[in-house]
Amino acid sequence: MNTLVDVVSAEIPVGVPLSERGPAPKRIVAAFGFWLFLLSDIIIFAGLFAAYAVLCGATDGGPSAVELFDKRHVLIETGCLLASSFTCGMMMIAADRRETVLTYSWALVTAGLGIAFLSLEFSEFAHMVHQGAGPTRSAFLSSFFTLVGTHGAHVTAGIAWLAIMMAQVGTLGFRPMVIRRMLCFSLFWHALYIVWIGVFTVVYLGAHA
Amino acid sequence: MFGKLTWDAIPLHQPIPLITVCILMVGIAGVLTIVSWKGWWPYLWREWITSTDHKRIGVMYVILALVMLLRGFADAIMMRAQLALAAGHAAGYLPPEHYNQIFSAHGTIMIFFVGMTFVVGLMNFVLPLQLGVRDVAFPVLNSVSFWLTAAGVLLVNLSLGVGEFARTGWLAYPPLSEIAYSPGVGVDYYLWSLQISGLGTLLSGINLTTTILKLRAPGMGYGRMPVFCWTALASNLLIVAAFPILTATFAMLLLDRYLGFHFFTNDGGGNPMMYINLIWAWGHPEVYILILPAFGVFSEVIATFSAKPLFGYRSMVMATMAICVLSFMVWLHHFFTMGAGANVNAFFGIATMIIAVPTGVKVFNWLFTMYGGSIRFTTPIYWAIGFMITFVIGGMTGVLMAIPPADFVLHNSLFLIAHFHNVIIGGVLFGVMAGYTYWFPKAFGFTLHEGLGKAVFWCWFVGFYLAFMPLYALGLMGATRRMQHYADPTWQPLMMVALGGAVVILVGIVLTVVQLVVSIRTRETRRDLTGDPWNGRTLEWSVSSPPPEWNFALLPTVVGPDAFWNAKRHPSLRNAAPRLVALTVPKRSALGFCVAFFMAILGFSSIWHIWWLAMVGLFGAIAVTLRHAWRTELEDCVSIATIAEHEHAHSPQAGRA
Repeated sequence: MNTLVDVVSAEIPVGVPLSERGPAPKRIVAAFGFWLFLLSDIIIFAGLFAAYAVLCGATDGGPSAVELFDKRHVLIETGCLLASSFTCGMMMIAADRRETVLTYSWALVTAGLGIAFLSLEFSEFAHMVHQGAGPTRSAFLSSFFTLVGTHGAHVTAGIAWLAIMMAQVGTLGFRPMVIRRMLCFSLFWHALYIVWIGVFTVVYLGAHA
Repeated sequence: MFGKLTWDAIPLHQPIPLITVCILMVGIAGVLTIVSWKGWWPYLWREWITSTDHKRIGVMYVILALVMLLRGFADAIMMRAQLALAAGHAAGYLPPEHYNQIFSAHGTIMIFFVGMTFVVGLMNFVLPLQLGVRDVAFPVLNSVSFWLTAAGVLLVNLSLGVGEFARTGWLAYPPLSEIAYSPGVGVDYYLWSLQISGLGTLLSGINLTTTILKLRAPGMGYGRMPVFCWTALASNLLIVAAFPILTATFAMLLLDRYLGFHFFTNDGGGNPMMYINLIWAWGHPEVYILILPAFGVFSEVIATFSAKPLFGYRSMVMATMAICVLSFMVWLHHFFTMGAGANVNAFFGIATMIIAVPTGVKVFNWLFTMYGGSIRFTTPIYWAIGFMITFVIGGMTGVLMAIPPADFVLHNSLFLIAHFHNVIIGGVLFGVMAGYTYWFPKAFGFTLHEGLGKAVFWCWFVGFYLAFMPLYALGLMGATRRMQHYADPTWQPLMMVALGGAVVILVGIVLTVVQLVVSIRTRETRRDLTGDPWNGRTLEWSVSSPPPEWNFALLPTVVGPDAFWNAKRHPSLRNAAPRLVALTVPKRSALGFCVAFFMAILGFSSIWHIWWLAMVGLFGAIAVTLRHAWRTELEDCVSIATIAEHEHAHSPQAGRA
């Protein structure tokens, strides 16, 4: 990114409407662009949710949602992800204070909770496939595995991103560029939890006889 | 080792594709030889391929669109020739399986790689200049977007020589596009090329939306933005909101085809109609993504060449944003015949008709802008007037088909084909051609040849009516779309007229190339030394042609709409002797090219099931991105001396001398 803010716009007096103050600072621009990206990502999930809503009854004589889902298992998953959102927030506070060790520690806890979530999800998937309820069994299972799997793929990407950010903190330090990226990461991580609330509600709580 | 890829993929036994591919290969080899022989590679690499300058990227988008226009048009004239021949007992010269690939490729290329690419190119070039800023919000990402689009183009064109293209129509409806009925690689070429270029479009939409909403010159509030910026904002918001639906839908179809999922299959509980709904939830906003920036171009062109402020600026903005919202509420009118029921059809029919209201507001605004103005009849205003006449006709046939009972008769007939070509050629194509002629001097520093420009316009205008008015009649007579042969010989005369129209358009396309060559050769006589060849109204005309890399030495301060026009009228608004400061421009970056290179490998190897190579592509793309993430020197400093030198060479006094 280039410096789109220069001396001229910085000199504009207060009292001028926000929309007329000239180019926004880089931090605002980066975060705004990332919000738009998250919006588009959430629309991808909206498409997958719509497909699940259409197909959740299309079991083709195979197992249905009520028979397959173990709500207690999923509640633990949800707890892991919720806790990781909290620890991600703690990590950002530590990063704001430039406390390297604390940042690493909270990042490690966040990644650990993320990995716990993923392994629970993986065990659920493996169990279903083992029962003969894999994604090719019926349209319902295709849409289930795609929706939940896409969320899982996002969590995986998020953990990889977090590892990269820690490497950046280690090599580049808390420079503005790194802080901006960590800000974007935390937005991403929280957005994933919001999507998960949708998954938990629509897919797992929505499964009833 | 090479998956499904064998020597059978080369169309050695099909003369038409083989000859086309040979000509293309000779052409490409010729260009590469000339570039290598002249030693242009370092220049091209430094100044264009790795450029992060929004103007350069915009120009590359437009060049890509013009090249693909040739490809898409070649498909079109082949289809018209086939239909002019294949009546009654005559079979024509194109076998059905080839004809099906041609109409699928024609639609795909014209929408994604001509329409989208041209529109995104114009927005890229113009927006930062009109907004009075130095670049888009994320210049490196902009380069990534462009090269991802180019990777999609590469894959579509590879399908000519290696394998085949989809035979499913431009939206690849299942169950036909499922693996059971399209076992070849055609649909995979379609899906991977559009997934990759669609990612580029989405990133570009995010980039340009952020640019418009967060980066504007001091004083440029929303009510002072040029209308082109408003229409570009609406278009990019639609990209951000609609393209993810396309990505998700194609991802589901890919899962069906590659891993045996059952989203849209006939068996396993799949639901093909869900695909049709999802694809049009993207597809209808898509037509507004294309047309809204064209409306913006016409607003700029008509105001400039009528020497009047745009009539009803606020109503124009309101109409634009109304269309932006309404475009998401009409998707079902593409398949009234699905059987959703009378009430659902009535809702979507009425919603569709409502869109005609803001569009009508726009047409009247343009007419009232011209009314009482001192109109200069330049090439862009020709396109604008031709657009208003043609687009209104196309709009009316659209409202006609919005009536569900009428649509039951006209669905998938040539009447529909005539309708959407009426609005896309008469609207989008006329718009981008107007924009091309209008902003060409800004990009290159000299104007295009006027006489040839008008000849191009007349060819397209006359050719369009000759080619598509017969299709309205044929549609009412019962001719369907995607028809390779027809039994009724009474259709043939009208088919011949349509072919004649396509030939006239061909002359127009040839003249476009001639115009470019002639204009370049006589550029010394048509230099734009003032930076303001049309007596323009908006900020892009306040800088030199072509603008310096940094656009504005000092960000302009805006006090009202039509910022440059007012500054010209009131010299007190102009900063006589600006106090120059050193500034920075984004460094060039090879990231876009490298990511797109690996993504093209990923796409190609996934199409042919060469999984080890797909991994190379995927991890290559990730590796170059990571390498970029560790770059800390992101900007080049431009010294005051360099800026001062440029400012001096292009001051108004120097221009007049």
